[in-house]
Amino acid sequence: MEKKVFFRGWFLPILLILPQLIISIIFFFYPAGQAISNSLYLPDPFGLSSEFVGLENFIFLFNDSYYLSSFVTTIFFSTSVSVLSMGLGLYFALLADRIFKGAGVYKTLLIWPYAVAPAVAGVLWMFLFSSRIGLVSWYLGLLGYDWNHALNSNEAMGLVVLASTWGRISYNFLFFLAGLQAIPKSIIEAAAIDGASFWKRFRTIVFPLLSPITFFLLVVNIVYAFFETFGVIHTITSGGPEQATTTLVYKVYSDGFVGQDLGSSAAQSVILLVVVGLLTVIQFKYIERKVHY
Amino acid sequence: MSIRKIFLKACIFLMLSTSAVFAKTQIEWWHAFGGRLGELLDEQVQKFNASQGNYEVVHTRKGNYSETLNAGIAAFRAKQQPHILMVFEVGTATMMAAKGAIKPVYEVMAGSGGFNPDAYIPPVKGYYTTTDGKMLSLPYNSSTPVLWVNRDLMKKAGLDPNMSLSTWSDVGKALDKAKSSGISCGLTTAWQSWIHLENFSAYHNVPFASKSNGFAGLDTSLQFNSGLHVKHLDMMGKWAKDGKFFYAGRRNEGGANFRAGECMFFTESSAGYAGIKKEAQFDFEIRPLPYHAGTKAPQNTIIGGSSLWVMSGHSADEYKGVAAFINFLSGTDIQAKWHQDTGYLPITIAASEKTAADGFYNANPGTDIAGKQMMGKAPTENSKGLRLGSFDQIRGIIDEELESIWTGKKTAQVAMDSAVKRGDALLRRFEKANK
Repeated sequence: MEKKVFFRGWFLPILLILPQLIISIIFFFYPAGQAISNSLYLPDPFGLSSEFVGLENFIFLFNDSYYLSSFVTTIFFSTSVSVLSMGLGLYFALLADRIFKGAGVYKTLLIWPYAVAPAVAGVLWMFLFSSRIGLVSWYLGLLGYDWNHALNSNEAMGLVVLASTWGRISYNFLFFLAGLQAIPKSIIEAAAIDGASFWKRFRTIVFPLLSPITFFLLVVNIVYAFFETFGVIHTITSGGPEQATTTLVYKVYSDGFVGQDLGSSAAQSVILLVVVGLLTVIQFKYIERKVHY
Repeated sequence: MSIRKIFLKACIFLMLSTSAVFAKTQIEWWHAFGGRLGELLDEQVQKFNASQGNYEVVHTRKGNYSETLNAGIAAFRAKQQPHILMVFEVGTATMMAAKGAIKPVYEVMAGSGGFNPDAYIPPVKGYYTTTDGKMLSLPYNSSTPVLWVNRDLMKKAGLDPNMSLSTWSDVGKALDKAKSSGISCGLTTAWQSWIHLENFSAYHNVPFASKSNGFAGLDTSLQFNSGLHVKHLDMMGKWAKDGKFFYAGRRNEGGANFRAGECMFFTESSAGYAGIKKEAQFDFEIRPLPYHAGTKAPQNTIIGGSSLWVMSGHSADEYKGVAAFINFLSGTDIQAKWHQDTGYLPITIAASEKTAADGFYNANPGTDIAGKQMMGKAPTENSKGLRLGSFDQIRGIIDEELESIWTGKKTAQVAMDSAVKRGDALLRRFEKANK
């Protein structure tokens, strides 16, 4: 017989979820509601007056070719950062999983960059690649390559992707390593005895067994690339040159807090909310099906 | 003595010491100066605090100019605004439009006695004064762009370091020679929009925007896509392509390259003086900003820098303190010292005279060029300054479009047409939000 537990009335259930409910209301529903209502107004910077403009903020945005291209920038940037940092994280984890001597040192060094705040990481990379006087760009100059990410949008994009990826590899490494160590050695040994090569073992056994972790990391990394790379972009390129590294989040900041155009900034936040919502739905609906738990 | 007793004593001590501080009226000042400038600013505040017993100015650095303005705006929305906020010249129109958020300086100073806005030199005062002559904010630091020259590199290129560099075609000839003798960076610039468009317009007496560059109303539109502007940017674009003009970034990134002795010419604010004097290991010289021959140039250049805005919502007694501080800052000794230490312009007539009398200009040749360049002629409606809303953002647009010229992605005409169109859209939004 099936056991059923239920609570009489609604007081206790509400009480039990109250802490989470309060947090969601204060940190999500209230600000999101504010953003939605602000997106319909055109306020002056100081909040002294504000005019209802309906959907004009949205129309203004979708007529701005730079806003539309920041979608493309964001997709390219997020995909590059997620794929690169997950790929390298997995690669290092596979290597680290096989060594026995000095594994502690190796792991510690790999995890180290995670302790560096994005803004600080950004400044480090900016110094390394500062045009003509940075360490790396100076050596590139000796080789005859004139590095200038203030002007060359591909170099700028490459540099912010590199800096964002660098800090993220550690995180992915950590999760992949834990995942690899959770796979029973006996399965892999059995496959090896049956004559499966390393690559075959990886493809048919290890990778499928890692899929829950890979899926988790995919979601987390895309969220990271969307929101937490602000510090890196702000310190290295400030979204330039010619908005080549302006992601959607960076544009919310630069229009709202540099341009003082809070109406447009709110409208962008609402669009971003919808985009991230859609992405999450897609990920859980289609990709999660392929995940073996 | 038990820990409890020590704790109690510490509490009592803290209470006594803080109440002693609160006996003075505190005046909060938010600013954007770090480094050497921050130290000099602190020195001014300490001097004021020591000079009288009623008020205490407390200054806080809030980041760069944009961040300081943001902090002030956010604080006003949260009703936590400081008494005095430093706002860069670009934010002037934003502050002027915020009628309920500011208390104009002329109101603060009314009845305080001894304050004379006419002590400030006209081009500086004009930037922060209404068309009917009421001073809205107190000019604090002002500078104007000049041409910095590395004389050693000129010699290396086989040029006469005393050659004329007054027109851009002179500069072009020098750059040709530098290029052919293997100098990798002939010219670099800081603040490209401020120098090569905003000041360029004033200096050549052509409008940057309609309605007297926005002084006469919010319904202004941008006009920096004229033939003369395009000609100048075309020339710069060609130089960039030929490797004669090196673009280092939107702010003053190029300063590092010039100070390191890598660049021969550098268009930068006169306030670059402190840093260049400290770091340059070569013979440098200040020249007036070059112009194009056969135009209305040289008219006068305009200022960059900041002014101090008094925020609304404080008590009458606190405003008295603010007035006392403003009077103190306008003093000749303070102004002359600031000018000599920083390379910012002398913004009161008396400070300029005192600096000359001190023999400073003789001892530091070239430091008077910025002042002369700005004061040379009476300003026209094209050279009083700029008063455009959302201008920090418009500058961002201009920066983007200029970058597309330097990379050769767009021609100067296409880029400037696009900048005007995009900037106008923001001006219309600003006009609507501030009706």
